[in-house]
Amino acid sequence: MSKISSAIYEVHYMDTIASKDSPIHRIHPLAKLIVTVAYIWFTVSFDKYDVTGLITMVVYPVALFSVSDVSFSHSLKKLRVVLPIILLMGIFNPIFDREPRFLLFGVTVTNGMISGLTLFIKGFFTVIASYLLIATTKIESICYALNILHVPEILVTQILLTYRYITVLLSEANHIFEAYSLRAPLQKGVHHKVLGSLIGQLLFRSIDRASSLYDSMVLRGYNGNFRHSQLPKARRQDYLYPVLWCAVFAVLRYTRITDIIGNLFV
Amino acid sequence: MHMADALLSPAVGGVMYAASTGAAVYSVKKVKENFDSKRVPVMGVMGAFVFAAQMINFTIPGTGSSGHFCGGMLLAAILGPYAAFLTMIAILLIQCLLFADGGILALGCNIWNMAFYACFFGYFCIYKPFMKNGMSKGKILAASLLGSILSLQLGAFSVVLETTVSGISELPFGLFVAAMQPIHLAIGTVEGLITAAVLIFIYQTRPELINAETTENKFSLKKILTIMAVIVVLVGGALSLVASSNPDGLEWSIGQVSGKEELEASGGVHDSLANVQEKTAVLPDYSFGNDNAAGTSVSGIVGSAVVAGLCILAGTAFSSAKKKKKAKTE
Repeated sequence: MSKISSAIYEVHYMDTIASKDSPIHRIHPLAKLIVTVAYIWFTVSFDKYDVTGLITMVVYPVALFSVSDVSFSHSLKKLRVVLPIILLMGIFNPIFDREPRFLLFGVTVTNGMISGLTLFIKGFFTVIASYLLIATTKIESICYALNILHVPEILVTQILLTYRYITVLLSEANHIFEAYSLRAPLQKGVHHKVLGSLIGQLLFRSIDRASSLYDSMVLRGYNGNFRHSQLPKARRQDYLYPVLWCAVFAVLRYTRITDIIGNLFV
Repeated sequence: MHMADALLSPAVGGVMYAASTGAAVYSVKKVKENFDSKRVPVMGVMGAFVFAAQMINFTIPGTGSSGHFCGGMLLAAILGPYAAFLTMIAILLIQCLLFADGGILALGCNIWNMAFYACFFGYFCIYKPFMKNGMSKGKILAASLLGSILSLQLGAFSVVLETTVSGISELPFGLFVAAMQPIHLAIGTVEGLITAAVLIFIYQTRPELINAETTENKFSLKKILTIMAVIVVLVGGALSLVASSNPDGLEWSIGQVSGKEELEASGGVHDSLANVQEKTAVLPDYSFGNDNAAGTSVSGIVGSAVVAGLCILAGTAFSSAKKKKKAKTE
């Protein structure tokens, strides 16, 4: 599958899984947004050597994957983008921070090794948390949550329109690129001499499409204000959800719960 | 150049969110001042256009490799800086949520590094002064090239600053800068050439599409540079507050009294207890440093393994029970 086709598939796939029905999908989008931000915030706030404390944050993704019917294996694919950057940054930690921390079966474990591992775990958890948000919440619902938070209307509308038109313009780009590839076989990418006109053509088609979109919006009563679909009112569990999760995160972050549990066994 | 959440401390992420929010609020105000309802769908579709255009790779002459463009300067030239900035925010948010490119906490940094410099610095300091007395193919090429290179250099330098101040990576500042800046010089050149190619094509075929405000000189270069300097000082000041390398209050007090930042315990009782601990240790090969509280004590490791194991077991059991129940009902 070409890069463009796989991007189109990805957008449709995320749309489909976000439309599923599960207890997590039914939670109010604002509650899920708050919990996701809080989770990322608490996760990155762990000390760079506090690997054991950080591992306890696994509670949240495991709970959500179990309850929400979201595929864990698909979420791992998302790590492809961010993992190389994190590995590249983390790989320098053992090189530049060689202060020994402890011996493990005769092997000296350094501070750099631990901070590199912590960086990797943080990267893994934060990407998974963002994935769980978008996999259980439609983009329209996230925009609705942003509206409640008083994010300016024009910005929310931009997010919605850009998202809606990504697949349309990706298909358009795919047609252009396929037509070019058939005329220029065995060529890696587009030749730089025709790149301007090729992307320019895509831009003209986009602007023509924006003009048609504007006309259709005006015919449906658009007057500069975008009307969002209203979601049902928040229920008791929608209030409880962020409160309970934030309490769990705070306990995991600020109490040495691993030491307490570990002491029961050691 | 997308930064991941894991590379940031919450404080640096928060400061950069505040800075980007300030720029976004100002942009919303400016877009509303000259509000044209027809512009809203154009901005939305242009955002999707940048996504689609990023997917088209092109050959880099003489290298055999390929590249793509980011679009900040191009959007600023067509939509104007404020509308382009808001469109870039939408793009970066969708990239972060849908494609895991960037992160929710790092969004403020990414907006600043990739959208702010391209849309404001690249546009007001480079593109607009170049186009002041009318457009030409040469001016478009020079402005696009210079604007893209400089905004990417600033963006790359900001990535280094934000990561270093966060204290996550041990990579020395000088080495990090030496690695980032030359790479982004090449990326900026490619970005500038693509931007120029597209803008020249538009200029030759449909020049009315290029933002008309470029020839009006409402903002002077001096004013923009002053604003930039103030912002840099404010953000830099806020970041330095977060990144103090001085000892904390307790360490400072101990240092004043004993001449050392930490007190070392010794003596009969301490040594006896240390011997007992050594004899009763579950894993005698482990010899931990002084900083056990930071998360590498034996009980910490055992505890975290128990917590992680229990979570995963409970999650797997719950999922399989749910699947069995679902299969039964079907």
